[in-house]
Amino acid sequence: MIFSHIPVLQVIVPLVAAPLCVIFPFRKFCWTVALAATLTSLWIALTLLITVYAHGPITYELGGWAAPWGIGYRIDILSAYMTVLVSLISSVILVFSPRSIGAEISNARAHLFYTLYLLNLTGLLGIAVTGDAFNLFVFLEISSLSSYALIAMGQDRRALTAAFQYLIMGTIGATFYIIAVGLMYAMTGTLNIADLAQRLPEVMETRTILVALAFLIVGIGLKIALFPFHGWLPNAYTYAPSVVSAFLAATATKVAVYILLRILFSVFGPDAVAAMPIAQPLMILALFAMTIGSAVAIFQDDAKRLLAYSSIAQIGYIILGISFLSVTGLTGGILHLFNHALMKSALFLSLGAVFYRIGSVQISDMAGLGRRMPWTMAAFVVGGMSLVGTPLTVGFISKWYLIRAALESGWWPIAVLVLASSLLAMIYIWRVVEIAYFRGHPEAGADIKEAPLSMLVPIWFLTGANIYFGINTGDTITAARAAATMLLGGPQ
Amino acid sequence: MNSHSVVRVVTKLLMPFIFIYALYVQFHGDFGPGGGFQAGVIFASGFVLYTLVFGLENARRVAPAWLTRTALGLGVLIFAGTGIASMIYGGLYLDYSALAHDPHHGQHLGILIVELGVGITVAAAMISLFLVFAGQDKDD
Repeated sequence: MIFSHIPVLQVIVPLVAAPLCVIFPFRKFCWTVALAATLTSLWIALTLLITVYAHGPITYELGGWAAPWGIGYRIDILSAYMTVLVSLISSVILVFSPRSIGAEISNARAHLFYTLYLLNLTGLLGIAVTGDAFNLFVFLEISSLSSYALIAMGQDRRALTAAFQYLIMGTIGATFYIIAVGLMYAMTGTLNIADLAQRLPEVMETRTILVALAFLIVGIGLKIALFPFHGWLPNAYTYAPSVVSAFLAATATKVAVYILLRILFSVFGPDAVAAMPIAQPLMILALFAMTIGSAVAIFQDDAKRLLAYSSIAQIGYIILGISFLSVTGLTGGILHLFNHALMKSALFLSLGAVFYRIGSVQISDMAGLGRRMPWTMAAFVVGGMSLVGTPLTVGFISKWYLIRAALESGWWPIAVLVLASSLLAMIYIWRVVEIAYFRGHPEAGADIKEAPLSMLVPIWFLTGANIYFGINTGDTITAARAAATMLLGGPQ
Repeated sequence: MNSHSVVRVVTKLLMPFIFIYALYVQFHGDFGPGGGFQAGVIFASGFVLYTLVFGLENARRVAPAWLTRTALGLGVLIFAGTGIASMIYGGLYLDYSALAHDPHHGQHLGILIVELGVGITVAAAMISLFLVFAGQDKDD
């Protein structure tokens, strides 16, 4: 009986756990509740993925109201893939969190951190499972509002301005999204994604729908932090608490990309997208993001800010894959969603461990850390190699697909640009590696100890995943290819 | 405001009616205009009036931080819990028809409980927003 309810339980479990942490504000209790909720979510997500893969999409009607009128949840292979990604990363980060939160967030606020974290998770999972364009907006707001508050919890007072900046940009993005949904509703009279896909072709040529599409791309682009809408991202990631940076970098922007995929391919459909001038502008923006993001990252002194700019570049890769509008390109983009989440969460968590020990993530303060914190820095190096795209790591697999997609379409200069920006990634990762391993007096910082085991285990779990999925590529590629084929097969 | 006896007396006279009106909007919401959100705001406005006239300290004695915090979470739990209850009774999530033998009664009961949850959370949210901004003191 419970099995038929799993689509809605995916959202309900973290949603119910969140208020429990407000009512019983005890740090240990909240952590236990949050961990139980995220692990349950992970189990549900895996069950969904297996079920969807074997039997096709699952639908669920909230309140028993049939789909075009009521809110329907609809889980296909891409939704299930996203729920696994989000709940896996959030579980690992929660295991890491207690000590990091203890050091970076005051005791009086720790329970609020777990509440907001669970609400954010609710929103992100909700976006992935819902089949209703307006319901998606509601979940988008749940996740956005909680992420503003999470960023504002950073120790540095600049976290407040960073959160405010993100609040303004994120709200503009969400407003644009809802304006577009309103315009589409005016033309079709429906909010259900499957229903929209059926009714849109009749009115596709109207100016209202074109305006709606423009609003959608700009609005979602703001949430993705696609160049040139990335202004809010560096400050937000730099000043947020370490675990929040890791969580947002690995999940929030990825789910925003998911919204873009949903809108482009499930609502408008691949034929309409191919007929309209969408792919080329997206590709140009993606190329700018890749090169400028990587280039700016080289000149950063703060390791978290460096990773933030690197995120902008990596989002460029994902959008580049999508903009090819081919199965190989989309597979590469969707693969990189998962792969980038693995690398960035491993990298941000190892910086979280560094901050826990030395109280800073300035690159110049990291001299000699290669000797003092060998396991943490080794994880950073492996994550960095994955970011560059070294063979045997996940980064190689997604870049391989992107380059193949570029060559398939006959755009070899793009393949060259992908390789060039990987070289830039090598430079900025090397800056950290050089200082951590080859600078500093051997005796300096002898009192710095390796990070505690409760931090090393989650970091190395993610680092191991970077290597495991880089060697055993079957599962992720199968899922990503199935999702790409489904999206290009047109609205179902 | 302590010296303005007219304001104090009128406030004391008005407050019960404000709260009763809030409850009326809350529980009559399924027959007339109204519902949990409006009722919560009206309820909180009575509280804001009290705070303006009698001061923050008295207000915090009526609604200490732990109370508003608990109410905030409780409302959400009531809403989500109604959905879970309808699942336990064999319906889909938030399918109120499953809550009673007669689907009509079930819908009625479901909407009443869910709106109560909304009312509690909205009232608590408005009150804590006002008190935190007015006090600018501790974290709630």
